[in-house]
Amino acid sequence: MDFRLSEQEEAFRKEVDDFIQKELPAGWTEESLYWPGGYGAIPDFEEINPAADRFRKRLAEKGWLAIAWPEEYGGGGRSHIEQAIFYERLSYYRAPGPDVGTLIAGPTILRFGSDETKREWLPRIAKAEIRFWLAYSEPNSGSDLASIRSTAIEDGDDLIINGQKTWSSGAHVSDYAWMVVRTDPAVAPHKGISLVIVDNKSEGITIKPLINILGFHSFNEVFFDDVRVPKSNIVGEMNQGWYYLMAALDYERLVVSIGGLRRTLEELLEYVRGTDGNGQPLSGDPMVRDRLAELAVEIEVADVFFWQTAWMLDRGLIPNIEASVLKLVTTELSRKLANTAMDVMGPYAQLERDSKLAPITGRVCTGYLDCISALVGAGTSEIQRNIIAMRGLGLPWS
Amino acid sequence: MDLGLSEEQEMLKRSARDVLQHECPKTLVKQLDESEEGYSPELWRKMAELGWLGLLFPEEYGGSGGSFVDLTVLLEEMGYNILPGPFFSTVILGGLPLLSAGSEEQKEDLLPKVAGGEKILTMALTEPSVSYEASAVKTTAIAANDGYVINGTKLFVPDANVADTILCVARTKEAADPEDGITIFLVDADSPGVEVTLLKTLARDKQCEVIFNNVSVPGENILGDLDRGWPVVQEMLQKATVAKCAEMVGGAQAALEMAVSYAKERVQFNRPIGSFQAIQHYCANMVSDVDGSRFVTYKAAWKVSEGLPAAMDVAVAKAWTSGAYGRVTLTAHQIFGAIGFTMDHDLHLYYRRAKASEMMFGDGAYHRAIVARELGL
Repeated sequence: MDFRLSEQEEAFRKEVDDFIQKELPAGWTEESLYWPGGYGAIPDFEEINPAADRFRKRLAEKGWLAIAWPEEYGGGGRSHIEQAIFYERLSYYRAPGPDVGTLIAGPTILRFGSDETKREWLPRIAKAEIRFWLAYSEPNSGSDLASIRSTAIEDGDDLIINGQKTWSSGAHVSDYAWMVVRTDPAVAPHKGISLVIVDNKSEGITIKPLINILGFHSFNEVFFDDVRVPKSNIVGEMNQGWYYLMAALDYERLVVSIGGLRRTLEELLEYVRGTDGNGQPLSGDPMVRDRLAELAVEIEVADVFFWQTAWMLDRGLIPNIEASVLKLVTTELSRKLANTAMDVMGPYAQLERDSKLAPITGRVCTGYLDCISALVGAGTSEIQRNIIAMRGLGLPWS
Repeated sequence: MDLGLSEEQEMLKRSARDVLQHECPKTLVKQLDESEEGYSPELWRKMAELGWLGLLFPEEYGGSGGSFVDLTVLLEEMGYNILPGPFFSTVILGGLPLLSAGSEEQKEDLLPKVAGGEKILTMALTEPSVSYEASAVKTTAIAANDGYVINGTKLFVPDANVADTILCVARTKEAADPEDGITIFLVDADSPGVEVTLLKTLARDKQCEVIFNNVSVPGENILGDLDRGWPVVQEMLQKATVAKCAEMVGGAQAALEMAVSYAKERVQFNRPIGSFQAIQHYCANMVSDVDGSRFVTYKAAWKVSEGLPAAMDVAVAKAWTSGAYGRVTLTAHQIFGAIGFTMDHDLHLYYRRAKASEMMFGDGAYHRAIVARELGL
């Protein structure tokens, strides 16, 4: 048993840390409203940010943007422990980095795409030249994703797509949809689904903004009316999309905001040390101490789940349960962090970013709203518990 | 990074599970729980033969030179199966301080006897205030003739009812710093003036009141240095806290497995209750509690084993595992329903121990206070 990073890993951690501190625009970490686990305040989902783009390009030059891919496709070829180190540091600084292209589309193409598909898409993703948005959810297909109704009908060398996607984060600032469509309505729901890449500029696509509860335009509804897509944009085999989707979960497992949780806790600690509460620092209040210690304990628990998952992946083990537990504990912790921060800061916590006297950039105020999305996005807490119970413990479906 | 058990540790784990399953069935557990002694001398001898009692001691003292992580692996299995008896008291409360502070003579005399199953030890630390702080040590040892005379009351002393030697933590000097002036004495449990009363507890573990009434102890029975016993106690407490966590992890794992297997079998509304999401989600929460406890406990155990600073990790492990074991056993009871509310059933053995373990060496709030301190608050 050894919980230490190797010398080489320690050096990599330092290299990543130095790089981020040097390349990230000044004040980024402090000004970012990103809440660990949340989807509502990720700057990249709102608008194209030149500073974030530059940072991502620099990551690409380092070979870190697609850190997990083989080097021949512009990736970093790094181990899962190294990926974990990288993601932990990025999230600690609330830095932009991994996205739909590098985490979902790219790895899926790598594993299931034809050589042609690989050549066409991978280098551009690895170089941060194109952005993808995730076209999964529909108005009537959320947790039950296999029930999607968007259709793609073959027409010569093309597919013709009709349907509606929703909760489409960043669709308005992306180049391509990474889309699941129904290609065979006659078979069982999960056997007739295909993955297809759709150019946002295609005729027949209408993107309408949805304003999230933070007041930000992060997601959209997207309508597809007779959108024509070349069949060569199908990823892998037709009607195999569901299996690719399930496999893709493997690649996202380590992208939890473990560093972000720690960072926000540190900011809270600093706040209670420097804030007066009835004549003594808030940090002297037994309730405050207990609540923050409770958070710290749970962050340590999440932290060991995080490294355990990375370690298992490196040993070729499939961390089914661990990955779902990791998602579950980090997102529930996101909510707890927000609520504890609200309680500890009291009335000041309700002050928004632009308000006079707003503590820590008003982040707690938005975080209180944003944490809701953490427990809903990418598989709700209930779906994670279903996975743990049925796939992990073998409890019966009926 | 290597977050798994070594091959030897896996072997130890398997053999411990096997031995305990065969030699310590729940019928025996319940019988021992209700007995005065609380342990089986036969099983004790067997544990000596297996090398468990000397696992942590160097070979020269009849041990096998295992690491602290090895010991936690064994303790996890003892918690999983439930093993009533003075193993924890003898090896951890008694054995560890002896090993770290004992004179060569004391070690040569006592450790081989402990490893061979001939001597049972415990430590008398807490008093009616039930605090683990140095300032709570009020029992006095006053120099007289060639030795000392101990007076005071120790409370919640585990297994004093069967101990041969009690490590008594007493104040030998009043000083401004409460940690100064504390001395550990090896007290023969048969000494005149030692009065042991077995307390009847929730978990049927054998906790005692030990009254020292003018107990004379020769000077050579001091363990370590005069007035400088507290660091020895502290070092032991840190290990004991992690060791208790390991036991709890095992117990929580057992409660989880019992509940899951029952949920698969028990049919209501014409389907296994485990197919209901309410039950599934209970089970998922238990997994998160059990695995989280195991991982933080291993991390603390590893740090302690390596001699690295571990104050934060130990407090995190105890704070989390204490709560988790309680939640897991309570949830398991909810899944078992009425059948779990019977003496015949095994689950209450775990539910009782969850609470006893939570209280031992400081509960969640106590350890969160340490975490807060470590965070710099």
